[in-house]
Amino acid sequence: MSRIELRGISKRFGDTPVLNDIDLSIAAGEFCVFVGPSGCGKSTLLRLLAGLEDPCAGEIEIDGVLVNDLPPAQRNVAMVFQSYALYPHMSVFQNMAFGLQHRKLPAGEIERRIADAVRILQLDGLLQRRPKELSGGQRQRVAIARAIVRQPKVFLFDEPLSNLDAALRVQTRLEIARLHRALGSASMVYVTHDQVEAMTLADRIVLLQPLAGRNDAASVAQAGAPLALYHHPANRFVAAFIGSPAMNFVDATVQSLGDGRVLADAHGMLCAAQLSPQGLAVGEPVTLGIRPEHVLLGEGAQRARVSHVEHLGEVSHVYLELPGVSTPLLAKSACDDIAIYDVLAFDLPAQAMHLFRADGVAQARGDAAERSVAAVNG
Amino acid sequence: MVKAGAVLQVLPSRAAPRQRRFPWGSIGYWVASLLFIFVSVFPLLYALSSSLKQGRGLFSPALWPEAPTFANYSGVFAEQPFAQNLLNSLLVAGSVVTLSLGLSLMAAWAFARVEFRGRGLLLMLILSASMLPQVAVLSGMFELVRAFGLYDTLGALVIADLVLTLPFTVWVLVTFMRQLPKELEEAAAMDGVGVLTLVFRVYMPLLWPALVATGLLAFIAAWNEFLFALTFTLSTEARTVPVAIALISTPSGFELPWGKIMAASVIVTLPLVALVVVFQRRIVSGLSAGAVKG
Ligand SMILES: Nc1ncnc2c1ncn2[C@@H]1O[C@H](COP(=O)(O)OP(=O)(O)OP(=O)(O)O)[C@@H](O)[C@H]1O
Ligand SMILES: [Mg+2]
Repeated sequence: MSRIELRGISKRFGDTPVLNDIDLSIAAGEFCVFVGPSGCGKSTLLRLLAGLEDPCAGEIEIDGVLVNDLPPAQRNVAMVFQSYALYPHMSVFQNMAFGLQHRKLPAGEIERRIADAVRILQLDGLLQRRPKELSGGQRQRVAIARAIVRQPKVFLFDEPLSNLDAALRVQTRLEIARLHRALGSASMVYVTHDQVEAMTLADRIVLLQPLAGRNDAASVAQAGAPLALYHHPANRFVAAFIGSPAMNFVDATVQSLGDGRVLADAHGMLCAAQLSPQGLAVGEPVTLGIRPEHVLLGEGAQRARVSHVEHLGEVSHVYLELPGVSTPLLAKSACDDIAIYDVLAFDLPAQAMHLFRADGVAQARGDAAERSVAAVNG
Repeated sequence: MVKAGAVLQVLPSRAAPRQRRFPWGSIGYWVASLLFIFVSVFPLLYALSSSLKQGRGLFSPALWPEAPTFANYSGVFAEQPFAQNLLNSLLVAGSVVTLSLGLSLMAAWAFARVEFRGRGLLLMLILSASMLPQVAVLSGMFELVRAFGLYDTLGALVIADLVLTLPFTVWVLVTFMRQLPKELEEAAAMDGVGVLTLVFRVYMPLLWPALVATGLLAFIAAWNEFLFALTFTLSTEARTVPVAIALISTPSGFELPWGKIMAASVIVTLPLVALVVVFQRRIVSGLSAGAVKG
């Protein structure tokens, strides 16, 4: 059981607040991914867990033990650094054995653990090489192996794939997922700014937002299962960050409120949104949101001109000009015969709409939203 | 002298001009080089030549001695405890190198990695310690040596020489250590190693080229050190080589035994030449490429 509890964690560098008021609990065996834009403090949070930085306020508990004052080595965590940080002058074997020897483990036990790690990460034949004689992917695997042999309760990964090329990244991603299943009870905390990594690996995503010098905002924008963040973003920041390409946003005013239905007027275009009207007032300015993959082309009553098309092969990105809106509406389409200046019919399905109030907070969407969106896509 | 030769080899040779003009450039280059070599090597050659001459031969300016003899060399060892002096020098220089590298490695870690108040000031102070002329610290040092009861022992020389070598070894190693990635230290912290293991098992192997270069310079400084050695030792048995050479005299005391002095000087230079030759590659790589990337 290696549960992690963060209570009221804050971190400042000098006068600059970086992390604020983080309450988080990570269950045993959970794969938790920290995402967020560059500079929002993901690495800092990870280093707080590792003990490489001290929090300015708050408590960190690992496995029921308050670790605030424990040095990194006694926290039962292992960290895989973004730059690998292998000891350049030691062989792969020595890199793995160094920490274990230092903990005075018997030689037989060290050999056994290393043999296990070698088998899991397919490092056979590389044990006597120096790090500089390895490829990037191999170094990455050695860095992970060095973490595994310590048999920690928690693995910490800081953007472990960012130095790899695209193909190797996919492969290593699968390996890490496999590793997580194989190691069972160990929790993993993983930092990335790559959404695909976050969505594919995570049991739970913790989306951090930059504080931009403010002291009052909380750092965690939303924490939850990947699909929960996708379907039920808590606010506009989360909605814009999760999903690629990003969600479309259109300013609108509330026209009328119904039972589980809101009608809004976006520059003369009437849009229905199937979500809770609670707390909204007619005439209130709001922002409507819809993901590009949910915009339906070729049906519906609305008409718009295509201002730009990007054909990616599997899908096309179609940019639609809306009257009175400066940013075009982006739609994903499977058709690749759409051309610029075509006039297309399109529809914004009510069950796919998101609605954000002026302060950015999202209006709650029904559970039915996911299923009906799936139906729309099917 | 050896160093001058090494530098010459490194100088890029001029590309030959395409057209067949009179090669003033390359002639000038060769003349300058030869002049440079001559000036730097001549004293050594002269010493070598004198050390092989004896009696009247010493007064002939010919570089090649008429009747080469090794009598001066055997004489040096026969008439005074020169072997003992050599051993003393070796002990002093060896301990100075070991101590100054060990101490400055730890100091360099503190200066490069630990944040503490007054770090920059302390570093400047250390550097300024090496700006004082040796004579200025001589009397103070003498009192210290006497207070520690080290007068006329090799320990006095080791301590005094450390004053000369530590400032620059610390400075060089701080510079090199700053270039090593910080993640290495954090990885070591995750592995749970202490400061000493970190410094000597992680950083020291990575700083090897810098250590060889600074260690060699420290060795040369201690090996050739004269003033402290003259002041802090009294008995012939405690002398180091530079002092022993300066005090070589004939039994009559009325003439300078040039031949023996030169023979002793040649003997003293040989270990340095050997060291530089052995470590030459390391020095160059140590002074150019410092950081080791993983
Ligand atoms: N040692 C430090 N001293 C001062 N400021 C720091 C320090 N370390 C980080 N910061 C600041 O804290 C903020 C968060 O840094 P952090 O490295 O955690 O970001 P990140 O989310 O990991 O970003 P990236 O995705 O680019 O790696 C940044 O604005 C950075 O400038
Ligand atoms: Mg980072």
